[in-house]
Amino acid sequence: MTGIPLYLTIILSPLIASTIVGLFGFAIGKRASHCLTILGVLVSTISSYVLLNQVLNQGLSYDGPLYTWLSVGDQTYSVGILVDSLTAMMLTVVTSVSLMVHIYTIGYMEHEDGYSRFFSYISLFTFMMIMLVMSNNFIQLFFGWEGVGLVSYLLIGFYFKKESAVFANLKAFLINRIGDLGFLLGIGLVLYYFGTLNYAEVFAKLDSITGVTFFNTGWSAITVVCLLLFVGAMGKSAQFPLHVWLPDSMEGPTPISALIHAATMVTAGIFMVARLSPLYNLSPTALSVIAIIGAINALFLGLLGLIQNDIKRVVAYSTLSQLGYMAVALGCGAYTVGIFHLMTHAFFKALLFLAAGSVIVAMHHEQDMRKMGGLWKYMPITYVVTIIGNLALAGIPPFAGFFSKDLILEAATNFHEHGMFGGSFVVFSVYAAVFVTACYSFRQLFMTFHGRERFRDANDDHHDAHAHDDHHGPVEPKESPWVITLPLVLLSIPSAIIGWLAFDKFVPGEFFHNVVFNADFYTKFLEEEPVNTVGMLAHSLTTLPVYLALSGILAAFIAHKSPTFVSIIKTIFKPFIYVMERKYFMDDLFINILAPIARGLGRVLWSIGDVLLIDGIIVNGSARLVAFCSRIFRKMQTGYVNSAATYMVLGVLILLTFCTSLILH
Amino acid sequence: MMNYLLSLTIWTPIVFGFITLVLFSKNDCLARYFSLLGAVIAFIFSVLMFCHFDPNQQAMQFEEVAQWVPNFNINYHLGVDGISMPFVMLNNFVTILVVLAGFKVIKHKVALYNAMFLMMTGFISGSFCALDAILFYVFFEAMLIPMYLIIGVWGSTNRVYAAIKFFLYTLIGSLLMLVALIYLFFQSNGSFEILSYYKLPLTMGVQTLLFIAFFMSFAVKVPMWPLHTWLPDAHPEAPTGGSMVLAAITLKIGGYGFLRFILPIVPDASRELAGVMVILSLIAIVYIGLVALVQKDMKKLVAYSSISHMGFVTLGCFLMANGTLNKWAVEGAITQMISHGFVSAAMFFCIGVMYDRVHSRNIADYGGVVNKMPIFAAFFMLFSMANAGLPGTSGFAGEFMVIMGAVQTSFISAALAGLTLIIGAGYTLWMYKKVIFGEVTNSHVAEMPDVTAREFIILAVLAIAVIGMGVYPDLFVSKMHTSVELLINQAAISKI
Repeated sequence: MTGIPLYLTIILSPLIASTIVGLFGFAIGKRASHCLTILGVLVSTISSYVLLNQVLNQGLSYDGPLYTWLSVGDQTYSVGILVDSLTAMMLTVVTSVSLMVHIYTIGYMEHEDGYSRFFSYISLFTFMMIMLVMSNNFIQLFFGWEGVGLVSYLLIGFYFKKESAVFANLKAFLINRIGDLGFLLGIGLVLYYFGTLNYAEVFAKLDSITGVTFFNTGWSAITVVCLLLFVGAMGKSAQFPLHVWLPDSMEGPTPISALIHAATMVTAGIFMVARLSPLYNLSPTALSVIAIIGAINALFLGLLGLIQNDIKRVVAYSTLSQLGYMAVALGCGAYTVGIFHLMTHAFFKALLFLAAGSVIVAMHHEQDMRKMGGLWKYMPITYVVTIIGNLALAGIPPFAGFFSKDLILEAATNFHEHGMFGGSFVVFSVYAAVFVTACYSFRQLFMTFHGRERFRDANDDHHDAHAHDDHHGPVEPKESPWVITLPLVLLSIPSAIIGWLAFDKFVPGEFFHNVVFNADFYTKFLEEEPVNTVGMLAHSLTTLPVYLALSGILAAFIAHKSPTFVSIIKTIFKPFIYVMERKYFMDDLFINILAPIARGLGRVLWSIGDVLLIDGIIVNGSARLVAFCSRIFRKMQTGYVNSAATYMVLGVLILLTFCTSLILH
Repeated sequence: MMNYLLSLTIWTPIVFGFITLVLFSKNDCLARYFSLLGAVIAFIFSVLMFCHFDPNQQAMQFEEVAQWVPNFNINYHLGVDGISMPFVMLNNFVTILVVLAGFKVIKHKVALYNAMFLMMTGFISGSFCALDAILFYVFFEAMLIPMYLIIGVWGSTNRVYAAIKFFLYTLIGSLLMLVALIYLFFQSNGSFEILSYYKLPLTMGVQTLLFIAFFMSFAVKVPMWPLHTWLPDAHPEAPTGGSMVLAAITLKIGGYGFLRFILPIVPDASRELAGVMVILSLIAIVYIGLVALVQKDMKKLVAYSSISHMGFVTLGCFLMANGTLNKWAVEGAITQMISHGFVSAAMFFCIGVMYDRVHSRNIADYGGVVNKMPIFAAFFMLFSMANAGLPGTSGFAGEFMVIMGAVQTSFISAALAGLTLIIGAGYTLWMYKKVIFGEVTNSHVAEMPDVTAREFIILAVLAIAVIGMGVYPDLFVSKMHTSVELLINQAAISKI
């Protein structure tokens, strides 16, 4: 299959499956629900690989409309399809991870309510994500963008009886909407400056915006456009300060944390910037901002991962940190490297989340790592894949994360040497974050899988509290069923090897030639110091990052072995840890300051503006005035002839005077 | 038949309503089905109109002219263009649903209830089709009566206050319009042809006065801040069907009036006062949106949300760059009106579904409805998202177009209007969360049965409309290009 039928198969099969299961899930039952959606995604996945093959080997590319969504004046805005190497790569990542998550969900959600609903949602998500990456224009991008946001909202609130879950999903949606406002204004400016919303047509007219200032402000128009669009990316890709929704999104079931809040949706912002690389290359200021924000994410949000005790939250903060790395790569003009890290991260982070989910299932939905420990001998497969995932995350060669992360470090160094604004901060942050990443990821590993089997205490407590509850014996955690471990094993393979497999394709930029355009200063740097897999591995032994990562692991190990070391650290950094525990007060900013201000304003405007001024004084006031006047006039209508005659004479006199004065004028 | 299509669309429901009233006062069941039949036939006529509409023709289509009051040169003159045609369809579409929505719920004076809605539909179609000023005015005023009765007879506790407030508010506005129309009659040497006013030279002072007169009439209808306070009082008191028609269609006459009367008849004053209108619209969007955030009554909340969404309509009608209207903005305004017709009807119907079960509009009296009404919750989710302007639903298309237009004319108004993305999602989803999510909070909610077949059909039809218009807005938008183009030209000329 080729051409449009193939593209439509990729797009529509998850949608059809999702619709059928969503509408008739209650009737067709659990088994049919998961079979149907998995079939839909499987078809999409296979087609994506077929497409990737065609792109890789036949140099296929396609850009065309499907149907006219809107016409304004003589211009049309169509839903369209763009197929190139970036699309093909994103499609394979999205559909592969989605397929794994679909299979995994059979095991994870087995005993939950809303089984079919869940499958319908994740298939719908897959459809929206595919729409997003296959789009050839901004409107459709925004459709997919908001669509994945909708499914994310629905899935974070999947356990809708839990107050914390429905709080988290509202928060996620609203914070994302802040980003979307910027994004929409950015799209508006693209339309204003280029007169079109089609990527290819915009890129063809790039000259028209050089030197243009933003209305009468003197700011460079292209910088404003790029920054506004990036505000959208900050929302979706959880960049500081719009990151606050992501940790709370962990309220959703673990499979969607893996699919949506780690591997795919949150990388939409990164994808968007890479897709628009020709635009971003025109604005060094925008690039600097992106790099700096990314660096804040990478280091400071990564630090928060060190103090989390919830197994999923550790992974969530690590996701924030890694998204920061991707943003740094974009900011350093190394878009292909950002996409490379997006891909490796998708695999190893989905793996880590699903492995955490496997632990959670084994612990009967306990997520607190302080109640785990020593699980390695009960769940060997989960244990091994978690090690692989964490090694990849920490950037230990030759696992996947090493290659992408090392390239980002180099790109950051080049960015600094090139004299870009904020360069030194970016370089410091990304290097320090290497240590932090290794430290929190292995802290999680040690706390969960090693040490004393603390779940036995927890279980005893539980037992005491519910002595009458007879079905709870001393529970031994056991390895998850094959539907859970199979996706883990399948994901651990790319987590281990995708780095050096894909390295040569991604880095010299051949694969993304004429699709993603790295900034000149990065391209030049690559030309001066060409890299390859073997050279990279040999090089790593003599440079700092790997040793930083190893010392991070060592620090985690020491902390694990010696609680005194931890308490010493805690005393020394007490004020910092307080600030970190309050998440740098960012939650307070949104929840305790901005939201109450909005509601307070609403209350004041309503009670003073609407109820008191408009309704109280003007509307009902005039009604009262009429009533008052009529009370007075009623007194005149006495019904006596003499008073009526008096008024008549008076009236005639007044009229006469009025008329004469008019005539005299 | 094609020659009398508009008359058929207008008079079918009125005649059916009249027959219902006369013949079926005793038989509720027949009254319901007979009115439904009337509504469906009228809708079929409007679909025929849609199908035979030529989107490339500049002149009015399906025109009908007959003498009415020859002494004053008042004619029975009908016709539609790309701007009015969608509203006639929307109007007849919503009426079917409204009649259906009242099927089981209204048990008191059924024939009168249905007759009022059918007659109102006819009057509303009439005012969208009228090309004679007096004909327009008659229809415009006539539609007040059924709505007054609907609120006054079938409303809830505070209905008399609400009905009178509604009536007086709108009447005072429209009296000024009557004065304006009579002035125009004399100025144009005795013509009530609306289209002939488009070419009438008028001085700036006169234009300003006319603008104010028309503005008072239409701004109350929209309603624009600060003439909006009748709406949040009328909605909670009105029965479900009344709210649906009120929000979905009656408000649109205001927006339509701006496009049919103000912009082309007084273009110079419109240009002069466009800034004020934009500011009032932005206040409506932001101020009213914030007010919606703190409402405790669901119907009030959606009423405020309607005002906020209608702010996009007036914003789109008056966004100008160098005295020229913006294509995106005007077409966006019309699209927003059609979309809001679907979405607000759906929102009010959803609230009605819950009200029929629990008899409360208070958000605090609900919670955990999804546990008992999962199908309903899914529909309500869709409509809430549409209300929050999610792409893929109709709510997005209009807002998107107006914001695109705003960026091209005044970036700051785009940014302020865009705040609705956050505020709109805030109040809608906050209400959804409080009402639908969570554990079942009280025994009333615990006894709520899920939607009936009748309710399901209404919700499904609205859902198809909302998604259909979101996925393919061009179905309507492509029909309005020629007329909007013409309007933009008419509004750009100087008549001084």
